[in-house]
Amino acid sequence: MQATSDEELIGRIASGDRLAMQVLFARHHVRVFRFVLRLVRDESVAEDLISEVFLDVWRQAGRFEGRSAVPTWLLAIARFKALTALRRKPDEELDEEAAAQIEDQSDDPEASLAKKDKSAVLRKCLEGLSAEHREIIDLVYYHEKSVEEVAEIVGIPENTVKTRMFYARKRLAELLKAAGIERGWP
Amino acid sequence: MNAVSREAPERQEIEALLPWHAAGTLSRRDRERVERAIASDSELARRLTLVREELQETIHLNESLGVPSSRAMEKLFAAIEAEGAPAPVRRSFDLVGRVSEFLSGFAPRTIAYAAAAATVAFFLQSAMLTAILMKDHSETPTTELAGAHITTNVHAVIRFSPLATSSEINSFLNAHGAEVIGGPGRNGSFDIRFTGDLSPNEIVRNVQRMQSETKVVEFIATKG
Repeated sequence: MQATSDEELIGRIASGDRLAMQVLFARHHVRVFRFVLRLVRDESVAEDLISEVFLDVWRQAGRFEGRSAVPTWLLAIARFKALTALRRKPDEELDEEAAAQIEDQSDDPEASLAKKDKSAVLRKCLEGLSAEHREIIDLVYYHEKSVEEVAEIVGIPENTVKTRMFYARKRLAELLKAAGIERGWP
Repeated sequence: MNAVSREAPERQEIEALLPWHAAGTLSRRDRERVERAIASDSELARRLTLVREELQETIHLNESLGVPSSRAMEKLFAAIEAEGAPAPVRRSFDLVGRVSEFLSGFAPRTIAYAAAAATVAFFLQSAMLTAILMKDHSETPTTELAGAHITTNVHAVIRFSPLATSSEINSFLNAHGAEVIGGPGRNGSFDIRFTGDLSPNEIVRNVQRMQSETKVVEFIATKG
């Protein structure tokens, strides 16, 4: 039996079908949550934001034009919500977070390397990337978005998507090198 | 030297595609391009293994983030309950609700999915027609409009092409001096009438002229 497509669910949501809303939520909320959490770094805020994302879907389902896939649409809404939430964050909080991040980069990767756990160091360095670089790495590797879809979600040209991904990977290589892992690239 | 200069940009381009190649999200054409390049370039192949390490750890990292608590879902559905119906058009005009119901039963689901773009266009045009209907009958009590067809002075019944846009339909109706006064019916048809005091022969001629515009009209016939 074939599962109902996301597009069909959106059509049913537009006509007020709460069950369709539950199915769509169940299908996508975890990935949307993780995407948002990686941006805002606060579980409670991320949970509030995914409620807002799906509430927007409920409100706007009738206006969904099907130009992009539903998961891409969801991530675009989620990104907007997350960035808005980040802008609301007091500057002091952001500074503290940035300081904590710098501290992480200088100490923890080395500590992990001492345990000779390359995977753990790589993950630590992925966490140490800037929000912009984390976002693109997650969209490409975890959310499996094509160049075109990333361009749509982030709102940048396709060539910029490729360039940004390149620089995100380059930065990752620099963090790894600083942590003692030389990969011979770039 | 010249050959190297010519190859370098191509190699850079291929290298930029490696993350998408590893994730399996490249188009068939680009995938084949990358595969050909990797087959003849061992350094590129080595870099692909680095990309795959990154991909694996990114997935690991994201999967370790866990899942949201039930609070998110509870909050969402409490908000939905408080809001009621989702689509603003549906909230305002009950006839559009009937259009949606009609659309959902328009074809088997698989066919409906394949014709998704046409269906969306159809939905928009129906919403537009309903808006016209509401505007033209703003003095009519809402209960009557929400209840059913308005059949007074119906000159013709029409079904629009699902591919016609709302602006095309609007222009078409204006050009022929017609207005929507009821619908949609069970088969997706709308009742229309012509402005002015027309004789039966003039109505027939108008309908014949409209019939020739197949881009907008799927079916039209006089009524009464």
